[in-house]
Amino acid sequence: METDVLVVGAGPAGLTAAAELRRLGVARVVVVDREMTPGGIPRHSEHAGYGLRDLHRVLSGPAYARALAGTAARAGAQLRTGCTVTDLRASDGLPGDGDGAQAGGAGLSCVLTSAAGIEEVRAAAVLLATGCRERPRSARLVPGDRPPGVLTTGELQQRVYLGGERLDGRALVVGAEHVSFSAALTLAHAGARVLALVTDQPRHQSYAAFRIGAALRWRVPVWTSTAVTRVTGTAGRLTAVDVASAADMNGVTGGQARTVACEWLVFTGDWIPDHVLARTAGIALDPGTRGPAIDTAMATSTPGVFAAGNLVHAAETADVAALSGRHAARQIAAYLARRAAQASSPAPVPIPVIADPPLRWISPNAIAPGVAIVTGMLPPPLGRFAIRAAEFRERARLEARQDGRLLARSRPLRLIPGRPMHLRASWLSSVDPAGGPVHAGVGIERP
Amino acid sequence: MSWDVAIIGGGVVGTAIARELARYQLRCVLLEADGDVGTGTTKANTAILHTGFDATPGTLESRLVARGAALLREYAARAGIAVEPTGALLVAWTEEQAGRLDAIAAKSKANGYTRIRSVPVSEVYQREPHLGPDAAGGLWVPDEWVIDPWSVPLAYATEAVRAGVDLRLGTRVTGVSDLPGGDGFELTAGPKPLRCRFAVNAAGLASDVVDRMFGGGGFTIRPRKGELIVYDKLARTLVSSVILPVPTARTKGVVVAPTVFGNVLLGPTAEDVTDRADRSTSAAGLSALLADGRRILPGLAAEEVTATYAGLRAATEHSDYQLGLYGRYVRVAGIRSTGLTASLGIAEHVAGLLGEAGLPLKPRPGFGEGESACAAPPLMPYLGEAGPRPYQDAARIAADPAYGEIACHCERVTRGEIRDALASDLPPAGLDGLRRRTRAMNGRCQAFYCRAAVSAQFEQAQFEQAKPGAPDGD
Repeated sequence: METDVLVVGAGPAGLTAAAELRRLGVARVVVVDREMTPGGIPRHSEHAGYGLRDLHRVLSGPAYARALAGTAARAGAQLRTGCTVTDLRASDGLPGDGDGAQAGGAGLSCVLTSAAGIEEVRAAAVLLATGCRERPRSARLVPGDRPPGVLTTGELQQRVYLGGERLDGRALVVGAEHVSFSAALTLAHAGARVLALVTDQPRHQSYAAFRIGAALRWRVPVWTSTAVTRVTGTAGRLTAVDVASAADMNGVTGGQARTVACEWLVFTGDWIPDHVLARTAGIALDPGTRGPAIDTAMATSTPGVFAAGNLVHAAETADVAALSGRHAARQIAAYLARRAAQASSPAPVPIPVIADPPLRWISPNAIAPGVAIVTGMLPPPLGRFAIRAAEFRERARLEARQDGRLLARSRPLRLIPGRPMHLRASWLSSVDPAGGPVHAGVGIERP
Repeated sequence: MSWDVAIIGGGVVGTAIARELARYQLRCVLLEADGDVGTGTTKANTAILHTGFDATPGTLESRLVARGAALLREYAARAGIAVEPTGALLVAWTEEQAGRLDAIAAKSKANGYTRIRSVPVSEVYQREPHLGPDAAGGLWVPDEWVIDPWSVPLAYATEAVRAGVDLRLGTRVTGVSDLPGGDGFELTAGPKPLRCRFAVNAAGLASDVVDRMFGGGGFTIRPRKGELIVYDKLARTLVSSVILPVPTARTKGVVVAPTVFGNVLLGPTAEDVTDRADRSTSAAGLSALLADGRRILPGLAAEEVTATYAGLRAATEHSDYQLGLYGRYVRVAGIRSTGLTASLGIAEHVAGLLGEAGLPLKPRPGFGEGESACAAPPLMPYLGEAGPRPYQDAARIAADPAYGEIACHCERVTRGEIRDALASDLPPAGLDGLRRRTRAMNGRCQAFYCRAAVSAQFEQAQFEQAKPGAPDGD
């Protein structure tokens, strides 16, 4: 099979990109997803709050997933579910067979496995929109027994909302960011009693805390500066969790260590992009986001391969991922047009954007110089860079500098690890196309 | 009704003995306290098919590991069990350790393993370019391989059950009495006492307890806990062979090993414990392993951890196997960490002992007298990463589309494979058993994506089997 664009992942970013590509006149757009139902993570997140920025209305997760899939299908994108992309490689400038007129031939080759068999799909462009997942207990090296009842939010929501499971007993939630409160809601919905949210941070990281606390009609205590140090249980069930002051972990005395009897332990947040396909295809990863390194055109290190959504910023809300997909679609359409016109001008070199401590990462990871009519620098999705901080800090001003020259400085704000933060990109016109990398950091607040 | 032989313990050793005895015209029962085979020491190991090069020469262990390894290599090939001929590189990290390499090579030759050879530092790094600095020398052991450790006891048990051995899961032996006239034993196990003419104790971590029921004694199981870390498949390119340290008097040391499932294993620690049920990992154990990992293969530090676990080796105060014939009772204890490799050798040896004790070993029709021990094993689902998996096999998907429906995305396990495991001769009793039979839910996401789909398929199969009129699993 040959197509103009193959979109890998039918979550908010992939579905929105597919609809936009069709709207822009790209003839053949195929979206594949390994799950049986399109929609991605929102499929199993029942609470309302989806669609605000992209659809301008508020939907439940499943309704939002259905809406995006419906829009993509009506726009003429071909949706294929239950279909896994097992390999992606450049097919070394194969000329195509005249079929891919718009694309000027398919330059990439993917292997797809599904119940229909194994097939090769050749595409002029590929959009990776494979999303992200939470680090499970094992990857966080929490010691102890391996009983059932220890899970991630993703598994919890699938079991409760897709599997209709009832979870009786007491629960601890590890994390105190937005998704952690979502997990607490899911647990309450399933019948469990949430004893506390446990975070090694000195305070919670979500504005949603109080809103959801009210919705649950009881206050969920947040145990701050606290780490889970051991899991105890049998082959049949979790029985207890040891928690200790995070200070204790560093050898500082004074914190209390205690054992909490509970039947459920949910690890939330601590996102990692699902970068397996990107990495096995030899695409460069950004050391900060651990997703494919991309410029503001969402282009990866492999020509024709783009990436969007929570694969490149794990994790933003679904609507932000969707708009990242829409932005990518426009850049892919422009790329296909350049290919069709056989534009032979050398590819402009993107300017790297580097997150300096105490920032953990910034996405996109480079600024793409605009091409053709659009001169100057290409702005990122939503006109802003996504940023994560590595630590709490009060009254911090985000700054962008190039070769020591200040390009932008934000108003004072509070850095909160795990919380989505953004730096508006209104300063891109001041970037020197011949200059060095742009450093994003935090300015010293003078009294 | 009386059994010819009761085998106590359904680990890799007990199932191997059951399989061996199933070749003869005997009525055998295999008693396993847990709900599945291979859930004790067998479950958690380093998955290495040893050569026995480092055994103590002249011991029974040395002999049975060598014999068992030869048999298992052939058996695995015939049963379709994943094996990778990785070889092992024993690395000396100090001059002092390098000075001991000659003695290790000499010991290997005393064990009858002669293909070991010394390699210069340049070859160490040529073979394993990602190793940490300061290697001072090495030995190359080409026949240390890695193997799928879960499919081995399942294959043995499947073969035994198909040949008529009665496998009784969830059946713990709690008492033994002698039958009058020395005609065998009565075992308290399950709802009704059970009589047998001969008994084999392969109870692993409980083998000393069972031994005392038979009037034995003289050894105590002293479990040695080993914690291990499994790294993400994306780390697999960092290492191509098993990286062994220079052993100390107490332990073989921390190993970095590729797995046939495509991961990298780091471990085990060695801690003497008293609790025979405690398979928990510890902060101290995991951080010690991380430190070893950083030293041996620095690239590991940047990779994700897929799983951590701990196993208990059934060690005793003695250095050799506690294996012997006592009247009509055979004790097979203290197998420590070499049971997987030695299993078929041990089974052959045990059958010989039972023959000496008067058990008639008449081959069953279809099992020729001089026939290889590996005559006709069951064909197991191939769980390795090196060969084609069902999702990669176009012809197989064309014949049965369920092999194209990937249910577990990290390990790429299809609905067809899960279905097959649920309908096998030895269906899993729970999701953990399903993991060991298919790899489903064993991957990097630890069921973030696939738990709902996999457990739904599992529960559907349980429901179908429970339906009235459905074929009984006898």
